[in-house]
Amino acid sequence: MSSGRTYDVVVVGAGIVGSACAYFLARAGLTVAVVERGTVASGTTGAGEGNILLSDKEPGPELELARLSNRLWRELGAELGPAAELEPKGGLVVAAGPEQRKPLDAFAAAQAAAGVQTRRVSADELPELEPHLAAGLAGGVFYPEDMQVQPMMAAALLLRLARDLGADVHPRTEVTGVQTAAGRVSGVRTSHGALAAGQVVNAAGPWAGELAAMAGRRLPVLPRRGFIVVTEPLPVLIRHKVYTADYVANVASGSAGLETSTVIEGTAGGTILIGASRERVGFDRSSSLRVVGLLAGQAMRLFPVLAEARAIRFYRGFRPYCPDHLPVIGADDRLPGLLHACGHEGAGVGLAPATGQLIAQIATGQAPSLPLGPLRPGRFEELASA
Amino acid sequence: MPEEPRPRIDITVDGAAWSVPADCTIAAAFTEHGQVAWRRTRRGARPRGLNCGIGVCFDCLVTVNGMPGIRACLAEARPGDVICTEEGSGFGDQGS
Repeated sequence: MSSGRTYDVVVVGAGIVGSACAYFLARAGLTVAVVERGTVASGTTGAGEGNILLSDKEPGPELELARLSNRLWRELGAELGPAAELEPKGGLVVAAGPEQRKPLDAFAAAQAAAGVQTRRVSADELPELEPHLAAGLAGGVFYPEDMQVQPMMAAALLLRLARDLGADVHPRTEVTGVQTAAGRVSGVRTSHGALAAGQVVNAAGPWAGELAAMAGRRLPVLPRRGFIVVTEPLPVLIRHKVYTADYVANVASGSAGLETSTVIEGTAGGTILIGASRERVGFDRSSSLRVVGLLAGQAMRLFPVLAEARAIRFYRGFRPYCPDHLPVIGADDRLPGLLHACGHEGAGVGLAPATGQLIAQIATGQAPSLPLGPLRPGRFEELASA
Repeated sequence: MPEEPRPRIDITVDGAAWSVPADCTIAAAFTEHGQVAWRRTRRGARPRGLNCGIGVCFDCLVTVNGMPGIRACLAEARPGDVICTEEGSGFGDQGS
């Protein structure tokens, strides 16, 4: 693989974030190589649901990133074509009882003030949106801008566009070291030889901390495990992404213990995906029937019709979790040429295009479309020394 | 000692009367009849039949006695079974 060629940028990781970075970097006219230890979307991207959500973001830097990304996804959807299965289906957050109604309304009002489209849904209006929802719920909020995409197809199609623009993609190639010269990044060593590059993008998902460590840098990205149960393909029973209001609290929690909330959506393929669980157990891939049973039980309570559906499999993956629940996007403070694009937790698919655009702007020295302060990689060191 | 001929049973497949070996899977019955595909995909209507053969891939689905989504590779054919090949999800949506 060592070609003697020097790339402008090597992107480490061919998940949705690395693929989006490669696409936007190539589109900016840079020469790009992507190295991936496994295959395209074989890590976190292939273990999620493909959500592009505004509904679960509180006002702040992540919501701004999500709003930019939502716009970019709409443009990309046309470019990637129907195989990406981008569906602007909208999201419905339901309040299980009256005690969830007030906080949900307050959350939605704050989001609306920040520019998110929201529509309050009364209990009586719920069946119109989702005919199979359980009776007795306290209503909800509908978010028409929420979307879904087939994340593996989207990553592969982004990489194809990047390749059409001249990028090289190297699957089954593991980075074993980050090379430096004269105090800045000069490339990576891999299982298949060295690649010289002026800049390296760390898009290694939950393994981004390991890659940073190879460069002598510290990033507190930890894996947060989640399971998803998959039903047999069914005619459309569930029209939107539907989840209970406690999901937002679970996402924002810092607990290492198991947390579950009810998150359900259909896919273009006909299967229904049932989540969501969060627990910090390292990279433990073992099955947990306890978690799967909890998810299935919650799903049947929200959509009683699912009791008749057959589950055909379940899968698990690892979200790249940062202690402050914000992604890490930007140039490393101490090692010029190292850029980080990681730590998106469960929102990597939704936030990928904005991340790619920002990384391309940083790599080419342009002004970023959003203020990067809250996302900067150095923030953890400042916290540690404060 | 010559081997006893394997007993056979009668089933109905898409309205046709088939005689198939007793205790064989529905997938084996299709295979014995020389039919390698018995489902059309939900989008694109591409043919599907045995793929993994061990119950993992859910590609070989058929409707058995009115119950859609049965894995032909695992389900044994029983006397009198009425089997229908599937379009779409098998739940009458005919794909899209």
